[in-house]
Amino acid sequence: MDKMEHLDLYRQMVIIRRVEERAAELYQQGKIGGFLHLYIGQEAVSTGLISARRPEDPVITAYRDHGVAINCGISAKEVVAELLGKATGCSGGKGGSMHMADVTKNYWGGHAIVGAHLPIASGLALADAYNKTSGVTICMFGDGASNIGYFHEALNLSKVWNLPVLWVCENNQYGMGTAVERASAVSEMIQKASGYGMKGVRINGMDLMEVRETAEKMMAEIRAGSGPQFLEIMTYRFRGHSMGDPERYRKADEVHQWQENDPIGIHRKYLLDHQIATEEELNQQDDLAEKEVQEAVEFAESSPEPAAEELFKHIYVEE
Amino acid sequence: MAKITMREAISQALWEEMERDPKVFILGEEVGVWGGTYAVTKGFYDHFGPERVRDTPIAEAAIVGAAIGASMRGLRPIAELMTINFAFSAMDHIVNEAAKMHYMFNGQMTLPMVIRTVGGGGRQLGATHSQTPDAIFAHFPGLKVVAPGTPADAKGLLKSAIRSNDPIFFIEHATLYQTRGEVPEGEHLVPIGKSTVQRTGRDVTVVTYSKGLEISLKAAEQLAKDGIEIEVVDLRTLRPLDMEPVLESFKKTNRAVIVEEGWLSFGVGAEISARIYEDAFDYVDAPIRRVAQKEVPLPYNRTLEQMALPQVEDVIKAVKEVI
Repeated sequence: MDKMEHLDLYRQMVIIRRVEERAAELYQQGKIGGFLHLYIGQEAVSTGLISARRPEDPVITAYRDHGVAINCGISAKEVVAELLGKATGCSGGKGGSMHMADVTKNYWGGHAIVGAHLPIASGLALADAYNKTSGVTICMFGDGASNIGYFHEALNLSKVWNLPVLWVCENNQYGMGTAVERASAVSEMIQKASGYGMKGVRINGMDLMEVRETAEKMMAEIRAGSGPQFLEIMTYRFRGHSMGDPERYRKADEVHQWQENDPIGIHRKYLLDHQIATEEELNQQDDLAEKEVQEAVEFAESSPEPAAEELFKHIYVEE
Repeated sequence: MAKITMREAISQALWEEMERDPKVFILGEEVGVWGGTYAVTKGFYDHFGPERVRDTPIAEAAIVGAAIGASMRGLRPIAELMTINFAFSAMDHIVNEAAKMHYMFNGQMTLPMVIRTVGGGGRQLGATHSQTPDAIFAHFPGLKVVAPGTPADAKGLLKSAIRSNDPIFFIEHATLYQTRGEVPEGEHLVPIGKSTVQRTGRDVTVVTYSKGLEISLKAAEQLAKDGIEIEVVDLRTLRPLDMEPVLESFKKTNRAVIVEEGWLSFGVGAEISARIYEDAFDYVDAPIRRVAQKEVPLPYNRTLEQMALPQVEDVIKAVKEVI
């Protein structure tokens, strides 16, 4: 990775953090409706992971999707505009927080039914197998999704058909308010992958470099024909499941402990320790991120609402 | 024109479309080596190969989900669900994913996919394998629901479905596979979303589709002997629903009977009669009658099962009631 890319990835993480902080404010002001699931604490997961992909690699994720959207190249403007339900949002204001996508960036969305996008990911990967093209599908989901049938049907199918897909479990240790060990027969998700004859690797998701390097290696193996693989990334969300989360299921101490492992702080230290960037250069990236997010909020707030005729548009391709 | 069975007509449509477009492929349980549990894809595996005729695990959510993902990327999958009863295992993918994707992402994703499935009772398969829940699937905007009643329509509608860029739920009735009819060879397209008059008449409008068409046409023959001429309108597509031929016929006859194999409550008949009352109230000369399945889970015993299913006699009785 060259210096430019290092700085870019650092800035992406800060942009995600700032977008989420501003989103929380906008939600409290009543400008964002519905549910809002923040990615704060998990930034290194998608930033490291998505940085390892090539443009031909499709990406699909669950409902905690703002960060992934930004990593896939959707602008902060379009993300915040979508949160505000504006016509300029990446889904035209029709999708909202949980349904962000940009097909031109090979990013196939945020999907809100837990686990349901895993079989769809099999299909995205099937397209590459069928067309004999080189794409590797990245499918992200939470630990909670590993307990629903779709997960098992999708993993099994991907192995039976030897599909080029990297299953990525973001294990943030809670499915909503239920701790992994209270919901899953095994607390290590890679054990589930081994049940489908799949290679599984478990890593620290607070460290961008570890995520990036592991993902690169696994994607190269899949591209070379290894068949599906399973990456479990240990992480933690610093905020509640969604904005309406009383957080009775975990102790403040536990949250503080994880917050000391802030993925942005860890990566900042890495860049300084390895003399990749100076304090000044990183502060500059912080400022750029701050400015970009400020502009995004202004853009979103001043963007128009979707026109009334949008209501009946796009129900079908052929009316 | 050749007289072939509904099974052969469906098979022809699939074969021709797969020959025409290399992006079209089939996935489902026993579609390949076995040749399809209803023998619709017999010979396909040997001809098109395992990449295009893909046997799947018994995992309906994976079948429909994979079809969705592949279609999003421009392939044209035909997902076969062995029976409509198993579609419930893939319900989330049918109604929450396939039906929503185009709209929810503001038109970015298109899903040129077909889900082919087999419905209907009358074969003593018991309550879990005999349902006609077509109306449930027709409830969701974003999905198109097609259910042909003749071999020619089956071929023409299926070919249109495969070429369509919308997700289509295509319901074949298990007891119609042996029905014979004239079917044009080669290119034959029937538009989706168009109802049609299958028999003209002046006295009563009978609105129906799929298996109900067969029953209604038989009733028409018998009623004709008594001098009663019914006009039979075949919906062919449940969503989007084309009411024009229905209303046109009703404005002529002023009486209607709706015949469906599914349960009465919240069914196709409820929808059609409501629309007639809403849009042609001034033409109503008699209460609209509905013929449908009795409100019981279908029993195994042949006599009991037939008692629950709508019969020709039920249609005749209903027609005579509205005259």
